[in-house]
Amino acid sequence: MNLCIIGGGPAGLSAAIRAREDGLEDVLVIERADSLGGILNQCIHHGFGVHVFKEELTGPEYSQRLIDRALKLGVKFALGAMVIDIEEDRTVTYVSPRGLTSLKPGAVVLAMGCRERSRGAIGIPGGRGSGVYSAGTAQEMVNMKGFKLGQKVVILGSGDIGLIMARRMALEGADVLGVYEIAPHSGGLKRNIAQCLNDYGIPLFLSHTVTRTKGLKTLEGVYVAKVDENYQPIPDTEHFIPCDTLLLSVGLIPENELATKINVEMSPITGGAIVNNRLETSIPGVFAAGNALHVHDLVDHVTLESYDAAANAVKFIRGQLPPATHSTIVTPGHGVRYTVPMALIPGEPMYTISFRSSGIYSPCEIKISADGETIRSIKKRAIIPSEMERVRFVLKNPAKEVKVEIL
Amino acid sequence: MTEITCVSCPVGCLMAVTQQNSQISVTGNECPAGLEYAKEELTAPTRNIATSIKVTGGHMTMLSVKTATPIPKSKIMAAVAEIHKITAAAPVAIGDIILENVTGTGVNIVATREVKAVGFAHTHPLF
Repeated sequence: MNLCIIGGGPAGLSAAIRAREDGLEDVLVIERADSLGGILNQCIHHGFGVHVFKEELTGPEYSQRLIDRALKLGVKFALGAMVIDIEEDRTVTYVSPRGLTSLKPGAVVLAMGCRERSRGAIGIPGGRGSGVYSAGTAQEMVNMKGFKLGQKVVILGSGDIGLIMARRMALEGADVLGVYEIAPHSGGLKRNIAQCLNDYGIPLFLSHTVTRTKGLKTLEGVYVAKVDENYQPIPDTEHFIPCDTLLLSVGLIPENELATKINVEMSPITGGAIVNNRLETSIPGVFAAGNALHVHDLVDHVTLESYDAAANAVKFIRGQLPPATHSTIVTPGHGVRYTVPMALIPGEPMYTISFRSSGIYSPCEIKISADGETIRSIKKRAIIPSEMERVRFVLKNPAKEVKVEIL
Repeated sequence: MTEITCVSCPVGCLMAVTQQNSQISVTGNECPAGLEYAKEELTAPTRNIATSIKVTGGHMTMLSVKTATPIPKSKIMAAVAEIHKITAAAPVAIGDIILENVTGTGVNIVATREVKAVGFAHTHPLF
């Protein structure tokens, strides 16, 4: 077995496609679900593929294009297969309907995606009555299973899934009472606020949160309150909203139990592995891409990143990746919350860095500097935390540190 | 005066749009795409919509569908109501027309995923 890719969503499929295109013989994708495509299958709305396929597709259409391409290229799949163990020498063990399988691939791509932050994780007090769902679970129930959820809906969190589900519930005939966001700015794309909330007259309450729920068997309503600048509820602003459904869109967490099992160095900010520009983790031959590496807002970027990870994994297998004797550290400077990658290995003609800002900057300038000397600056009309930025640059001379700043 | 967020690109300019007779003037847009979008929004706004309908005899029970091209914004709820009355039958291929001319818009509703036909004994993918 040459390359083993863990996860058959957009990241894993894209990585598999690139590895086969680069001529690698043996490429296996291990997917725990019974079908491929991952989360895209339930994202039935438009807005995918504008960069990669140059047309606007829905989620299932985007994933089918990747699946068709991967099948045509002869990628191998293990479906209904759960990786239960991985070792530092890259031995991967999984259970599937065929039993227990262990294999030792030449390289591994971690493409497990992410999961939703749950009610327990944010600690909303109150009864545990039915009617409280994470937004992605609700999306699956409505779009894939055809369930009817409630008729009076409150949404906590204005991430893109929350906004998309606000529109989806409105289309299903529900009364969406409002989207409540604890931060003073939305966590989703502006276009989603326009198309998902404004179009349907759904109000967005910034600097608000749900303080507790009412209802022991079924949800009867939620209490909401304004929050101060430290995100603490302001007591006398709390009021009750009768509703039968509460959707939580309160963040996504890269799914990295397997990575931590082999002591891959992790970033506390992204929740994903610390990688260099080859998208290689601290364990040689183990690469990471997609939402398992850091949460993306566009699947097109997931595909592009996974192509890069797979291309490097193929080189690693062929012994064409010279070992890194030294590397350049990438430091997030003013206004930058994190960067991926976190280190650059010298010798590449061009480097790509993805990053997110820590606040809203408009208008502004992205400055890339190497050991204090500016090597690229890009003027931007606006940078917001919910929209990931990607910059490309050339590093002519060896440097100890590359800094990314928003000025 | 109407405030419109431009959705032409991720910048998302907040534009102030005023209409006097047939004259539409826009401020706050940083590029010409905003003007075009604002004009369309004021005269004939359109949207794409996507939803799921029941499908029988397939490896899935729900089929995702979309408008093949955008429909007038004012027709969204009527279109969804009409789409939700339909039950499709497997097999269905991506792009199959599920409903022609939804609510008289001239726009077709098409499938966005494949649903394979399966017999009862074969409904589980592992059999």
